[in-house]
Amino acid sequence: MYNSVTNRRSFIKKMAILSAMTAAAAMFPGIVFAEEQERNLPKGSGNLEWKKAPCRFCGVGCGVLVGVENGKAIAVKGDPKSAVNKGLCCVKGYHSVMSMYGKDRLTKPLVKKNGRYVETSMKEALDLIASKMKETIKDYGKDAVSIYGSGQWTIPDGYVASKLFKGCIGTNNVEANARLCMASAVTGFLTSFGADEPMGCYEDIDHADVFVLWGNNMAEMHPVLFSRLLDNRLKRGVKIIDFATRTTRTSMAADKSILFLPQTDLAVANAICYEIIKNGWVNKSFVKKHCNFSKGLTNMGYGLEDKYKFKDKPEKISFEEYKTFLEDYSPEKVEKISGVSAKDIKYMAAYYGDPNKKVMSLWCMGMNQHSRGTWINNLVYNIHLLTGKISTPGNSPFSLTGQPSACGTVREVGTLTHKLPHGVVMNPKHREFAAKIWEVPVENIDPKPTYHTVEMFRALDRGDIRFMWIQVTNPMVTMPKLKRYRDGAKKEGRFIVVSDIYPTPTTDIADVILPSAMWVEREGMYGNSERRTQHFEQMVQPPGEAMSDTWQLVEVAKRMGFEKQFYYKEDTHIEEIYNEYRKHHVGKKHNMAPLAVLKEQSGAMWPYVDGKSTKWRFNAKYDPACSNGEEFHFYGKPDGKAVIWQRPYEPAAEEPDAAYPYWLNTGRVVEHWHTGSMTRRIPVLHKAMPHAYVELNPDDAKRLQIRTGDKVKLTTRRGEIVLPASVNERGVPAPMQVFVPFFDENMLINDITLDSFCPISKEPDYKKCAVQIEKV
Amino acid sequence: MAIKSYLAHPYNGQKEKLQKELSIIPHCEVIPAANKDVLILVTDTNTRQEEDILKEKLETITSLKLLAMVSGFNTKNK
Ligand code: SF4
Repeated sequence: MYNSVTNRRSFIKKMAILSAMTAAAAMFPGIVFAEEQERNLPKGSGNLEWKKAPCRFCGVGCGVLVGVENGKAIAVKGDPKSAVNKGLCCVKGYHSVMSMYGKDRLTKPLVKKNGRYVETSMKEALDLIASKMKETIKDYGKDAVSIYGSGQWTIPDGYVASKLFKGCIGTNNVEANARLCMASAVTGFLTSFGADEPMGCYEDIDHADVFVLWGNNMAEMHPVLFSRLLDNRLKRGVKIIDFATRTTRTSMAADKSILFLPQTDLAVANAICYEIIKNGWVNKSFVKKHCNFSKGLTNMGYGLEDKYKFKDKPEKISFEEYKTFLEDYSPEKVEKISGVSAKDIKYMAAYYGDPNKKVMSLWCMGMNQHSRGTWINNLVYNIHLLTGKISTPGNSPFSLTGQPSACGTVREVGTLTHKLPHGVVMNPKHREFAAKIWEVPVENIDPKPTYHTVEMFRALDRGDIRFMWIQVTNPMVTMPKLKRYRDGAKKEGRFIVVSDIYPTPTTDIADVILPSAMWVEREGMYGNSERRTQHFEQMVQPPGEAMSDTWQLVEVAKRMGFEKQFYYKEDTHIEEIYNEYRKHHVGKKHNMAPLAVLKEQSGAMWPYVDGKSTKWRFNAKYDPACSNGEEFHFYGKPDGKAVIWQRPYEPAAEEPDAAYPYWLNTGRVVEHWHTGSMTRRIPVLHKAMPHAYVELNPDDAKRLQIRTGDKVKLTTRRGEIVLPASVNERGVPAPMQVFVPFFDENMLINDITLDSFCPISKEPDYKKCAVQIEKV
Repeated sequence: MAIKSYLAHPYNGQKEKLQKELSIIPHCEVIPAANKDVLILVTDTNTRQEEDILKEKLETITSLKLLAMVSGFNTKNK
């Protein structure tokens, strides 16, 4: 026995070495290890069977190989064949298999009866959901039912949700948590280019000379991609500039860290454009051929009031007008607003302006969770457009996603209130196109969007929405100004269904809890930040009665009388759904790869045309959809040109004052995936990061006599919370700022955050509100 | 309990130092590349406690620039 365990360990160890050597070979072509070390390495995999999947734990979308033995997933390694990660894998990726095996997995449906959860069969639970939906529609109308999904939904999950709610029931009450993380990126792309998602791809990392990270803690949030940046620095001496409001692991690894005051990235981006113009660094022929200039409305407000509405009114302007507007943003003037020295602004501008340097800008939540999120996205595009540094290898403004399928499911399938898989509900042609594929009367699709996420939860509170189905997300931890929405969801006469794999604060508000199959316990696809769609097969059985979110929706749809539209067979439904979904994207601009291709290789990047992925969109050399005979074609806009936007600096919705003198910033930590519902069940990760904390600047802490571990009370206009202090540990906020991670359901920081949002994208600003702090 | 493999990147010119520093840590096996500035590190721990101690030790190594994970095997539930 002892012997066999030892043999097994030594075998696994050899496999681990082999994986590392394969990864090293992908990253360092020509790498050699001493011969004796390569000898005796296993050729086969013993009992372990390796199957490929995209990782489920962030938007990087690494290709991983999952080791399955005796029906259980026990190992993960980076897939050396994946162009995304070239064999690497981060600590969260490795733990993704362990997160399937927590002790308190939900395995049976639970129905609330007289205040207590009672186990029931899946059939009964699905019957109840369907009858409740029908009853709610009868009593309150179709817009009283809603679904709230996620960027962790697989593509088929989101597709059937959209088809059921928008196509069959006829309500646009479809939203997903990506509204809370990616909506500003979407509106940024649409306003600047008329087409969503990055023009470039991760391969840009291997070509760029300079990387500017705009409020993006990549070292913790996109670890494998950050490794690729560092790897390029080792090999080619590239420069990494961390431009942020807080000193993080990323700042420490960067060549230069530049701190700015919250919200003033707007001013700095404009100052960079000012410098580019002033120094004659504008790529004139590119701008002349491919760009327009526009301005929109200003002083838009912050969406703090219920039923807030805003519609931008774009107006064309001339280059000269734009230039005059920028006069207010000289580096010297902006230094005073932003706290960034004029020298540092010029330093960044010089890299963007240097025609011999390829620059990649990367961002994620810092720019998206921003009360002017659309604007700051526009402004960074302005820099790249003015200099013509776009859509070519290494010149790339790159909006990263946080979730594995925020792009694939929420943005491409279109699980937002105004979206359809192809186009928007407001457009009659788009409605007709979708209705035809869905086999529903076109009148079914309502031409008016209903509620974006914050407003959807407000509607639930008001009673305009009576039924909500929540899948793969935990809004009772993540909604800003959470208390209002928690109280609202608990009101009489609301019916909430939650599909998840573990109990969470969101299952606490449920009337029905459905156990879901997770990741490789079912078949599906994700789409990552670089337009790459990746397929995974079912590798293990889900526990108990757990069922995929896709099939839960199909079952309910059939019970509601939509058998014709939900004709899919249980054995083949993922393939059938994907094939149907592909029809929405037919054409050179968005064609999706056939399933057979996705099964064979580590994903494909859309538009997938003539058997090829498209690496750089809008560039005629790479993108078959370009048709204007020029080098570049921004075909998302009717005139084929991208837009350089005049967008001013405006303050945040709530800024520090005498009563609440500090900025409160919230975010994630490397150990935990979002709200920690999975990663907090993994002992190693839980132990490494057991609870939330408040990071303080060391000078502030000294003045307030606060040391690490001391209890600190944070008070905002929404309420108060007590957290242990963290001083000079992992991250260091700038003076008069504090940072709190949101993963801890026992210390709900969102109880005190503000629900202000970008008026264009409707994405909340989780990074800024005013707070008072005191030692308790 | 867990066997993990990593690519360990040393700071400039510190590959040998890193190799030495890593190889004296219990539960670590190091394989240097012959012609590139990178090492393979395989860790093999039996308990969570061992893993925690190892993690702490790795964090103190000054010649280590970056540790990139490649694979992880959870051998507990066989
Ligand atoms: S970087 Fe993201 S996708 Fe890659 S292994 Fe880590 S968590 Fe998974």
